[in-house]
Amino acid sequence: MSRRTVGDVILAVEDISLAFGGVKALNGISFDVREHEVRAIIGPNGAGKSSLLNCINGVYSPQHGRIRFRGQSFAQMNPRRAAVMGIARTFQNLALFKGMSVLDNIMTGRSLRMRCNVLLQALHIGPAQKEELEHRAAVEKIIDFLEIQAYRKTQVGRLPYGLQKRVDLGRALAMEPTLLLLDEPMAGMNLEEKQDMCRFILDVNDEFGTTIVLIEHDMGVVMDISDRVVVLDYGRKIGDGTPDDVRNDSDVIDAYLGATH
Amino acid sequence: MGFFLETLLGGLMTGMLYSLIALGFVLIFKASGVFNFAQGSMVLFAALAMARLAEWIPPWTGISNKLLVNLFAFGIALVIMIAVAWLVERLVLGKLVNQEGVTLLMATLGVAYFLDGFGQTLFGSDIYKIDVGMPKEPVIVLDKVFEGGVLVSQEELIAALVAAALVGLLALFFQKTSTGRALRAVADDHQAAQSIGIALKHIWVIVWSVAGFVAIVAGIIWGSKLGVQFSLSLVALKALPVVILGGLTSVPGAIVGGLIIGVGEKLSEIYLGPHLGGGIEIWFAYVLALVFLLARPQGLFGEKIIDRV
Repeated sequence: MSRRTVGDVILAVEDISLAFGGVKALNGISFDVREHEVRAIIGPNGAGKSSLLNCINGVYSPQHGRIRFRGQSFAQMNPRRAAVMGIARTFQNLALFKGMSVLDNIMTGRSLRMRCNVLLQALHIGPAQKEELEHRAAVEKIIDFLEIQAYRKTQVGRLPYGLQKRVDLGRALAMEPTLLLLDEPMAGMNLEEKQDMCRFILDVNDEFGTTIVLIEHDMGVVMDISDRVVVLDYGRKIGDGTPDDVRNDSDVIDAYLGATH
Repeated sequence: MGFFLETLLGGLMTGMLYSLIALGFVLIFKASGVFNFAQGSMVLFAALAMARLAEWIPPWTGISNKLLVNLFAFGIALVIMIAVAWLVERLVLGKLVNQEGVTLLMATLGVAYFLDGFGQTLFGSDIYKIDVGMPKEPVIVLDKVFEGGVLVSQEELIAALVAAALVGLLALFFQKTSTGRALRAVADDHQAAQSIGIALKHIWVIVWSVAGFVAIVAGIIWGSKLGVQFSLSLVALKALPVVILGGLTSVPGAIVGGLIIGVGEKLSEIYLGPHLGGGIEIWFAYVLALVFLLARPQGLFGEKIIDRV
């Protein structure tokens, strides 16, 4: 399993609780993520996995608890600060810019890194041209990496689902994130597409050293690629450890297969 | 032939003016996915501000140079429109992030009524005039080529050129700059745009300010043609068929749509009018828009609507 060295804790979720009206989506969840690690969050549907991700990314504000990221502690994140601090994400139900080309979609991921002012960019002169070329080169690298060269100029809405998922990943990678949040990257894919996606995830982790937190409910996939796994059920944490630990944990087995009393 | 050319040119220039207003719609739709019903009211509001400020500035400051007065009035009107943009984001759109398009649409309807009323309370509700020194008398060109030449209104010609320049600028802004790309991104998906660090707030203020700027230019041009009065906000109704024709998401579409409608209504009035009984100019645009809605709902240049089933 030792593809690279796992470092110190980079993200810590501390005693997070989130409720929508009377529905408790998350209930006192704590876990940590180490640098360069692939950390999975699993659980049955409705367990609170996406809610947890949305708290880390700042889309939801938890009523209780704190999030510590790269040494700074927050009661709540907001999406922009998360992005500025180096957290990128993909979405469970694709949230691509459908009217734009693959290239433009991935380019938007560079937004935060663009420094030149609008006037220079519009006229395409001086430093703006150099900057555009640099960003374009970075984006081309990602396109090569994800093997979507052939679709560069295609409008994203026209691509098949599996490829759209790759573009979604590409846009997140363009941000050169420290922490990458993947919300069910394999959902709705066939076996071959799943294998491709697994390979991409592992390669990202390996080549760029990106820390990855991923949500999945396909146990098989998760166990193969993650270093440590958190298991949620009805908003509570019921397991946390290496894939092997989790697989043999009786609470986890109950949650997935139903308890026999 | 000379007469035909004259009609054609007149149509093209009127069309460019329609495009100018349509552009305001397209801008905001592209950048926030909102069909902005308040565009016409913004034109009226901007024109009122411009007209009244030009009247008020000389007694306040003692400046009497007309160019200077107009420049000042334009500058202040621009600041006012930026303030409007900021307030719209702050009080209306900012509260409606991630809501349905219909919700946002209704909100802009509210903004429209507010701007209509507030503008007239603030600046008065009489008929005012904007005088930026546009030459009124028409000139005759090409009189060497045809007998009698072609009569061209200088005012419309200048207006058309200004509109064309503005359009070129905006096209560059949308296609070539990262802000333009961010604007398009926001229109497609709020949540995803936020996740890559695009600040929704700034984007909305920027785009409403730009739409405000377009509204001032449109307000000045239409205002100096028709006079500044409430009915100015109804000119925007003429822009609706233009955006349907050109496609709501396309800047070039707004231009071509405007030109087609401008030319179409003039030519049909002249050449079909005698057979159909006249008055075609009034309904031509809407019937054309209706045909387009039936045959090609995304417009000439709009993004093709793809639905997975």
